[in-house]
Amino acid sequence: MGGVVAFLTDPANWTGTTGIPNRLQEHLLICGLAILLASLIAVPIGLYIGHTGRGSSLAINLANIGRAIPSFAMMVIPVPLTLTLAETGLYSPQLGLVFLPPFIAMTFLAIPPLLVATYAGLRSVDRELIEAGRGMGLRERQILGRIEVPIASSIIIGGLRTATLQVIATATIAAILGGGGLGRLIFDGINQGVAGEPSIYAGAILVTALAIGVDMLLSAVQTRLTPRALRTKKITTRRRPFTGFDKDTRSASEAGAEV
Amino acid sequence: MPPGTKIFDFGWVAGHLGQVGERIVQHLQLTVIPLALGIVIAMVLAVIALRRPITYGPVTLVTGILYTIPSLAAFAVLRPIFGLSLLTAIIPLTTYTLLILFRNFTAGFNAVPAEILEAAEGMGYTRRQRLFRVELPLAVPLIIAGIRLASVTTIGLATVAAVLGDAFGGLGQLITEGIQTFFPTKYLLGAILSVVLAFGADFLFVRFERLVTPWARARAGAR
Repeated sequence: MGGVVAFLTDPANWTGTTGIPNRLQEHLLICGLAILLASLIAVPIGLYIGHTGRGSSLAINLANIGRAIPSFAMMVIPVPLTLTLAETGLYSPQLGLVFLPPFIAMTFLAIPPLLVATYAGLRSVDRELIEAGRGMGLRERQILGRIEVPIASSIIIGGLRTATLQVIATATIAAILGGGGLGRLIFDGINQGVAGEPSIYAGAILVTALAIGVDMLLSAVQTRLTPRALRTKKITTRRRPFTGFDKDTRSASEAGAEV
Repeated sequence: MPPGTKIFDFGWVAGHLGQVGERIVQHLQLTVIPLALGIVIAMVLAVIALRRPITYGPVTLVTGILYTIPSLAAFAVLRPIFGLSLLTAIIPLTTYTLLILFRNFTAGFNAVPAEILEAAEGMGYTRRQRLFRVELPLAVPLIIAGIRLASVTTIGLATVAAVLGDAFGGLGQLITEGIQTFFPTKYLLGAILSVVLAFGADFLFVRFERLVTPWARARAGAR
């Protein structure tokens, strides 16, 4: 373990392309872009389905399918395509191997938790509140923006937390295709044999710290976003009322247990 | 890709069925052992949490932190400790199942309505009888939903274990070898087979759930 401290305090490991700051930056960049794109796709669809109730079973099923695909496989399957497109000169082969495949995989991985959480969050809003809003003369858009989203925001951020964790973990594996990020420290270490152990440990510690740190940050956001009146009674699966074992309840409580 | 390379060479697959079969068996081993261990541990924790609700928070916190550790990091850290033994892969794969299983198991128990529990008590059931004859059967849908999700997750994470080396391989080994030798057939085969395995497990558990909860179907039919 002493080697790790030496590794982490060696100034040489804090500069240049192979330095820790650059690896961290690469990691954050690809994760941020994937989460951004996934949110742009999943949240509007989730809001639409949650508000109108239309197409919910289709969305839940698609999300379940997305959840079943192993992340490593999802990263590897587009490789022949992204490489072939790179050969046509659309972009560099480098981009086609080390950026696009993990980026595609991460985006697809982040969509199901975001979509399910947005939908489940909106569905968790008491129907009476929505009726009250309608009675006060709010338009549908206002009901969504002023009632449903604020109440659902905590659950939506819960989905964002799940998505972010998966994306950070997947970005680590992306190093096997030759990409950057903190996974690079682990892979370079593995390839160096015993001498690489400090690098393996350092990479593992940093990426774990990143994952836990980001999760804690989002957890704080989650608490802040919960409207004050709702903060005291914690929304947990334990208090979800029992409404029978029909198919709908199960998928909803399943989503709840997941979020 | 060098020009002229076939994206998928079926001839190679036909000639290497033995090797591919071996990888599938390894992968199943990497999935079934952690899943079985995880179910036992999570069930014990869930029953404890049912009797002593105060333990729910701490267990969720600890399993949550274990779940947060990126898989590659967990495998990499354990490798120098346990070497290239099966333990290095089994330990993290087991701990990853705990959060999902524990959360779904407790959600399943908590979904049992209070009136039913009181009815059981009124009929003179002991705590143990109530657990096995009432709470457990009624929690089955959420329990199986948790196992389903955990199995799919484990199948996915097991592909990452291959990065450690060939000792326990699995389908991830086909992927890493294929990537390292720029041989698309091999990595695509590994990836596609792991997807097939995940979907297969998912489907199997859906069927299994229907089998063990005949009342759910009867209810749906009654309406």
